[in-house]
Amino acid sequence: MNAEELRKDFPILSERINGHRLVYLDNAATSQKPRQVIDAIRRYYEHDNSNVHRGVHTLGSRATEAYEAARERVARFIGARSPQEVVFTRGTTESLNMIAHGYARAKLGEGDEIVLPPSEHHSNLIPWQQAARATGATLRYLPLQPDGTIRLEDVEAAVTDRTKIVAIAHVSNVLGTVNPVREIAEIAHRHGAIIVVDGAQSVPHMPTDVVAMDCDFLAFSGHKMLGPTGIGVLYGKAELLAEMEPTYFGGEMIDVVDLYESTWKEAPWKFEGGTPIIAGAIGLAAAMDYLEKVGMAEIERHDAALAAKAVERLAEIDGVTIFGPPPGQSRAGLVTFNLGRVHPHDLATVLDARGVAIRAGHHCAQPLMRLFNVPATARASFYLYNTEEDVDALVDAVLEAKEFFGHAIG
Amino acid sequence: MQLDDLYRQVIMDHYQHPRNRGTLDEGAISVDLRNPSCGDEIHLQLLVDDGIVKDVRFLGSGCSISMASASMMTEAIKGKSIEEAVDLAHAFRAMMRGEDVDLEQMGELEALQGVNKFPARIKCATLAWQALERAASVPTGGHVEEETLGE
Ligand SMILES: Cc1ncc(COP(=O)(O)O)c(C=O)c1O
Repeated sequence: MNAEELRKDFPILSERINGHRLVYLDNAATSQKPRQVIDAIRRYYEHDNSNVHRGVHTLGSRATEAYEAARERVARFIGARSPQEVVFTRGTTESLNMIAHGYARAKLGEGDEIVLPPSEHHSNLIPWQQAARATGATLRYLPLQPDGTIRLEDVEAAVTDRTKIVAIAHVSNVLGTVNPVREIAEIAHRHGAIIVVDGAQSVPHMPTDVVAMDCDFLAFSGHKMLGPTGIGVLYGKAELLAEMEPTYFGGEMIDVVDLYESTWKEAPWKFEGGTPIIAGAIGLAAAMDYLEKVGMAEIERHDAALAAKAVERLAEIDGVTIFGPPPGQSRAGLVTFNLGRVHPHDLATVLDARGVAIRAGHHCAQPLMRLFNVPATARASFYLYNTEEDVDALVDAVLEAKEFFGHAIG
Repeated sequence: MQLDDLYRQVIMDHYQHPRNRGTLDEGAISVDLRNPSCGDEIHLQLLVDDGIVKDVRFLGSGCSISMASASMMTEAIKGKSIEEAVDLAHAFRAMMRGEDVDLEQMGELEALQGVNKFPARIKCATLAWQALERAASVPTGGHVEEETLGE
């Protein structure tokens, strides 16, 4: 793959930021969109726009077909057995909340346990806290190794017959670690528990096969994988979706409505109350077409290679601390770091003045920041349109920040 | 965008050598305030006697802008009446919104004016001042527990 060529598909990459070429390294927060995705959404609004599953008119059929075709596209992308295992949601956060609400609450009781690492994004943490509070279940945290990895023997020790749910990110948005979800799924299943995988940082960056992974639920967001904001996916095994209760009730999701009682459609439609995110689903399908044309395995290699290079070069700078796996050890396409006592906000402001966009803050992982004993960190995250030139720009800008805040290093 | 507009000498000086850092004994009003979107925190204490800010201290963690602003604020309000301090807080926030303010009233605080050109950093500069406004509405010896700023 040729990142220089791909860049031409992304109009925003020719923006000048504070007089500099845009070096966009905040991909873990959200990705940029190629012309192909923007065009697919425009084409839909210009030619097919209508509500779905209702009208008998021509546009109604076209919109319904495009929306359901998007569902099939997603199913193929993640290797689902059937499109009916794909629920469209607003994003990872909504998907995880729907599981915690519609599935977990009915299954959990006093004495049951939910097992998860302390490094989870708030959206794969708070829904479980809430579910535990509502049901009397308890949260049990997996220990993290100093490099952020999770040992399978610790999973073996934590998961027992009391465990009902294991919730874990495939790729940590702070550590850049790739968790062995397939092996963890095996352990969970041996104890009759289900595994919920937060795929927000993995599905955009590597091949996904839900059958091989054997996850019970998988949640991810379209906007982190070249798609528009406002669309995401909840994948669930058919038999689990059949048991799961809808979270939203209203139009679209019903079968028969009586004055005092109603029944729902089957999955996935029972979970999509109200007019769904039609243009969003179509945009996501276009994004998946684009990603697959480039090749997910290629993208995985490309992002990881850039992150590895960035880690190696940043680690050479006196005063830089790298969080997560050290240089030379495998990691996904992002790197979290700090520069001495320079606050990440100050660092990010200096980088921004050079056109380099990174994330600074707690990355929605406050418990992890507490473990690191830092209030915040800086994070650079890579995607298919980033180049080695971007890594150079990052390193140069960090060196400049070091010069600027010289007193606060060490 | 000029970094030097943001990181003025005075600001860096207050960041490296914060004034009035520490805590006060009993009888002081204290406020804990946090900006949840970035994690900046301040613990502000005021000793108010007869309507006058007799002493003031702060502890906290955050970026250079938030900590320098807190340090500069403590110097600016010590010895002022609580009404004058609140007036200054209002004027400071107006300056952050880019409004015209009386620069004479601002004194050294004028150095923070450049922050208004960095929208993402305005909240850093105003954290301490929002804590001050909350402190002004509490009776002597009172304590505002961990509050967080809204968006
Ligand atoms: C690991 C992880 N989980 C969940 C989320 C939440 O995604 P969203 O904000 O799209 O719902 C994110 C992104 O911020 C993430 O990185």
